Amino acid sequence: MRRILVSLLCLVALAIALPAQSHQEGAEHSANQEETHGEGGHDCACHEDEAYDPGASAFHHISDANVFHIAGEIYLPLPCILYAPGQGLSVFLSNKFHFHEHGNGAYAVDGYVLNHGEVMRVAQAGFPMEGEVAIECFTETHTEDGKTINQVIYEGQCYNLDKKTSYDGGIMGGGVTSFYDFSVTKNVFTMLLTFVLLFFLLRAAAKGYQTNDGKAPKGIQAFIEPVFLFIRDEVAIPFLGAKYERYLPYLMSIFFFILGLNLIGQLPIFPGSGNVTGNLSVTAVLAVIAFVVVNLSGNKNYWQHIFNMPGVPGWIKIILTPVELLGIFIKPLTLMLRLFANITAGHIVIIIFVSLIFIFGKAGESIGGSALGGVMAVPLTMFMMSIELLVAFIQAFVFCILTASYIGAAVEEHHEHH
Amino acid sequence: MDLLFLADFSVIRPEPGLLIWTLIIFVLFWWLMSKFAFRPIQEGLKKREHDIQNSLDAAKMAREELANLQAHNEELLKQAQEERAMILREAKEAKETIIQEAKDRAKEEAKKIVLSAKQEIEHQKLEALTNIKNEIGQMAINIAEKVVHQKLQDSKESTNLVDQLVKEINFNN
Repeated sequence: MRRILVSLLCLVALAIALPAQSHQEGAEHSANQEETHGEGGHDCACHEDEAYDPGASAFHHISDANVFHIAGEIYLPLPCILYAPGQGLSVFLSNKFHFHEHGNGAYAVDGYVLNHGEVMRVAQAGFPMEGEVAIECFTETHTEDGKTINQVIYEGQCYNLDKKTSYDGGIMGGGVTSFYDFSVTKNVFTMLLTFVLLFFLLRAAAKGYQTNDGKAPKGIQAFIEPVFLFIRDEVAIPFLGAKYERYLPYLMSIFFFILGLNLIGQLPIFPGSGNVTGNLSVTAVLAVIAFVVVNLSGNKNYWQHIFNMPGVPGWIKIILTPVELLGIFIKPLTLMLRLFANITAGHIVIIIFVSLIFIFGKAGESIGGSALGGVMAVPLTMFMMSIELLVAFIQAFVFCILTASYIGAAVEEHHEHH
Repeated sequence: MDLLFLADFSVIRPEPGLLIWTLIIFVLFWWLMSKFAFRPIQEGLKKREHDIQNSLDAAKMAREELANLQAHNEELLKQAQEERAMILREAKEAKETIIQEAKDRAKEEAKKIVLSAKQEIEHQKLEALTNIKNEIGQMAINIAEKVVHQKLQDSKESTNLVDQLVKEINFNN
């Protein structure tokens, strides 16, 4: 009990310390930007979009967004909750940007703009940072070291844009910037929707056990029960033994949450298409929760096997203990990356196959080319989607069974022979 | 790396907003689902497994009881059959003794009848013989009377005989 309390306290301390630190960094970062870029407002002009880029298109389609594209020019506005240190909190619905083609906003709100469905913030002085102003269009410029900087054109002049803060340390083109985005994004919306759908589905199944008491399962109950039994009898009981019931709700939550999100992400149209489990932030949280559950469950035997492996000579322990210690972190890390990589890869491949139509059709110039692309794309996409459907189940199952095996190793009682 | 920067591979960047929302939503999902779905389902399944086990045990017990009952019934039937056979045997024996007795009695009766018939016959025979004897005696007397009657008419001898006879009678008395 004391160990759990100490661990919780450590977590809380970490949670408080991290954002505080990032705030500082953020302030420094934006200050640096002000220094390097100085005042915005170089002469700029709007120009036509560049040639079709399937890679960029794929990345755009799998990324999170502050609007939900339904069809054609119809977008579902989502709540924006934006925080910029120094400016404070801005909360509004994303249709305040007056989005049009490609999810671009025609207006800037409090210095925030909507560029391809993603909220960005003007990082250069000279731009009106209060209220709504009409903007012309978006463009981008490349720095000498190959980085791309998004720009907004306002009254004929360019202003550099900041993307939302991300904790990748700048390795993946992100970093702590001038604002934080806590919006209900497309991914958050999809998660909430999946939550509601799963809640009603599983609640209906659970109610079946009262209404059909003493009878064979019926309807939704009969649909959910085999899945539930499969996870219970093939995952929870073999790995956790007698203690399985304590962890059963957690394992079920993991399985159904990931499976629901994987499946809803497979739908190419609204309310699907949200690439939630293919986003590292989501899998990271799931992995961290798995890490916490595993290590809070660890008994004396588990920690002994990490720090002082029994039956092993002392000098080997010098090598073994760091490896075991690393293992604690590597296990959830692999959980995070496996799910993310599998789902993202599947989505990218499907988008690339669909892109064949645009590549062969030269973005609408050649009808014959488009037709040829279509003929190739349809069977390939269908094949890929079938595999994706399989992957949706497999990855949910794998995340669940591996978490169960880690918990199983943590709660295992001491045995004489290994 | 250049490609990633150019194309903006945003899904790999851990973003605070999505991290916090995922944490909130998953923890809430976990809590609510445990309370309203997973625990009730597990309880329901356990209850059903328990019920099935109980039913199986009950069925097994009923089967055993039925087997016992059948064995008992068979035992009863066997006893009844034995009893029946015994009764039949006894009845047969009784019948035979009765018949034997009747036969014996009949024989005795017959013997008696025959005996009495014989006696009757003897009796009748004696009677007939007596009658015949009497008849013959009568006839002899008649003949004798007639003879005597003729003799008495002509001789003194007769008187003598009568006298003698009278005397004899007296002596006999």
